[in-house]
Amino acid sequence: MRLRYAFWEIITMNDDKNKKSIQDKLANIKYNCDSKSHLILDQEKCKNCKEKTCTFICPANVYEYNEQLDEITVVYENCLECGACKLVCEKKSIEWHWPKASCGVVFKNS
Amino acid sequence: MDKIINNVDCIVIGAGPSGIAAAITVARSGKKVILIDRSEYPGSKNMYGGAVYKRALEELFCDDIQNMPYERIINDHTWAFLNDEGVFNISYNNPADSNAFAIKRFDLDSWMVNIAKKEGVYYIPSTLVTSLIIKDKKVVGIKTELEEYFAPVTIIANGANTILLGQAGLRKKDLEPKDVILTIKETLKLDKKTIEDRFNLKEDGTTGKNMLFFGSDFGNLKQYNNLFMMTFLFTFKDTIMLGVGCNLEDLKKNKLNINYILDEVKKHPVISQLIKDTKSIEYSAHIIPEGGFYDMPKLVSDGVMVAGDAAGFINGVHFEGTNFALISGKLAGETALDAIEKNDFSKNMLNNYIKRLEKSFIFKDLYTYRNVINLLHKRANSISVYYPNKIKEFFEIITGANNISKSQQYRKFLTNFIKERNILELFKDAFCALRCALDMLFGK
Repeated sequence: MRLRYAFWEIITMNDDKNKKSIQDKLANIKYNCDSKSHLILDQEKCKNCKEKTCTFICPANVYEYNEQLDEITVVYENCLECGACKLVCEKKSIEWHWPKASCGVVFKNS
Repeated sequence: MDKIINNVDCIVIGAGPSGIAAAITVARSGKKVILIDRSEYPGSKNMYGGAVYKRALEELFCDDIQNMPYERIINDHTWAFLNDEGVFNISYNNPADSNAFAIKRFDLDSWMVNIAKKEGVYYIPSTLVTSLIIKDKKVVGIKTELEEYFAPVTIIANGANTILLGQAGLRKKDLEPKDVILTIKETLKLDKKTIEDRFNLKEDGTTGKNMLFFGSDFGNLKQYNNLFMMTFLFTFKDTIMLGVGCNLEDLKKNKLNINYILDEVKKHPVISQLIKDTKSIEYSAHIIPEGGFYDMPKLVSDGVMVAGDAAGFINGVHFEGTNFALISGKLAGETALDAIEKNDFSKNMLNNYIKRLEKSFIFKDLYTYRNVINLLHKRANSISVYYPNKIKEFFEIITGANNISKSQQYRKFLTNFIKERNILELFKDAFCALRCALDMLFGK
C-alpha cells in the first residue's frame, strides 16, 4: 500500500513539474488573444468521459479537470493550434475551430 | 449586412508552401487569383522541422532563391541511436552540398508571399475562411468572417488541421491518432560563434547540422517501452531547433504529455551537452499526418482540389514535407489553369490533378512508403529500446578494454541477443526490414 502511494506521488510530482515546464515555455510565446474561446466543449459528454485524454495530451495544457465543478476548464488563450485534442477525444466532445482571423498564437522563430 | 461579392478565377485557401505555389502558378498566366490566409503575417501560424529543399523551390522560384533569407545550408546529417548514457551515430557530411536550407517559417513564408504578390497574386491576410459555398454539389466559393468570394475553382491548402474537407465531402472522418505524429519544438537561442564552434560549422552559413535521434530508453522514459518517437535537431544562425515527434496513439495509451518527453530528452547526457547554455525563446506544436497513401482524403471534387499537408502529402521517413507541399501546389495550380482555359471545372476535368500527381514523385513516393511508417510503428520497441541497448552492449565490448576475453564476450553477446527476447520478435524485425526493403526496391 505504501509502495503504491509512493508511486502515485512520483507520477503526480512529475505531472506538476511538467505543467510548470509548459507554463515557462508558454511565457515566451506571443499571442493575440481573442475574447471568445475557439474551443467549445460539450460538458455533458465530458462528464461521462473516463479517460479525459485532453487533460494530459495537450502540449499547452489548455484543458484541466475541475473536480469541484465536475467540468473541464479550457484555457484557450494558451492554445498552440496543433489540433491534437480533437483527434484524441473519445467522446468527440470538442468542437474545434480556428481562432478568429489574426487571433491566437504568433510564431516568429519556428 | 452589406456583402461585397468578389469574383475571381481561382481561390487558394492557406498561404503556406502549397498555397503559395498554387497561387503563383495560376497568377503567372495572368489569371485573377486570391490567396487567403488567417494569419496576420505569413508563416506566423506555421512550424516545421527546419529545412526546405532547393529542387522544389527552384521549380517555382528559379533564380529568385539566391535572395532567399536562409540562415544555414543543411549538409551535415547525423542519424543517432540514444541509449541510457551515450549515443551511436552515423553521419554524412558534404560541405559542398546545398540541397536543404534552414530557414524560419516566418522568413520563408514572408519571402514567398512577397514574390507571389509581385507575380500578381492578390494576397489577403488576416482573413479566416469559415466555410465553402457549395451549390449543386459544386464548390463555387468561400465564406470568410466578413465577405464572400466566388470562383469556379478553389484550392484547399490550409494544412493538416483543415476543417473544410469535411464540408466538401472530401474526408468522411477525422484523422486517427495512430496515423498522426504530434510534434513539438523549442527554439533555443545561443550565440552564433558558440554554435559554430560546437557543431563545427562555417561562419558564412554554408554549412549546417541536422541530427535525428532514435531511442527512448533513458531517464524517466525508461518505464515506457513502446514509444514510437524521434528527436530532431537543426542548427540555425543563432538558434538551435530541438524538437520531438511521437505517435499520438502511443501518447494516449501511455497517458504521456509530449512536453514531458522533450524535457527528458533535454536531460539526456549527450543532448544536454549539445544544447548547453541555450535559452528557450519559442515553443511550438503541430500535428503531422503520417497516414500516407492509404489515409489520403479525396483530392478532387467539383470545383475543388486539395494540396499539401491538408492532403497528407508527407514522407515522414525522410523528413520531407515542404517539397511535397510546393510541388503538389504547383500541380494543382496547373490543373486549375487547364480548367480555366477549357471552362470546365467538373470533377472529371480536375482529375487531371491526380494524373499529374501520379506522374510526379509525390504519388510514387507515397506509394513506395505506404507501409513503412506503419511497419516501423509496430516495431517501436525494437527501434526505441532493444537495438539501441544492443548497440551499446556491442560497443562496450569493442571499446571496453575490461580484461575479459573478447571471444567470451562475443559469445555472450550473441547468446543474449537471441535469448533475451522471444526469438519470434527477432523474426518479426527481420520480416519488417525485409518488407520495407522490398517496398523500396519494387516501389514506383
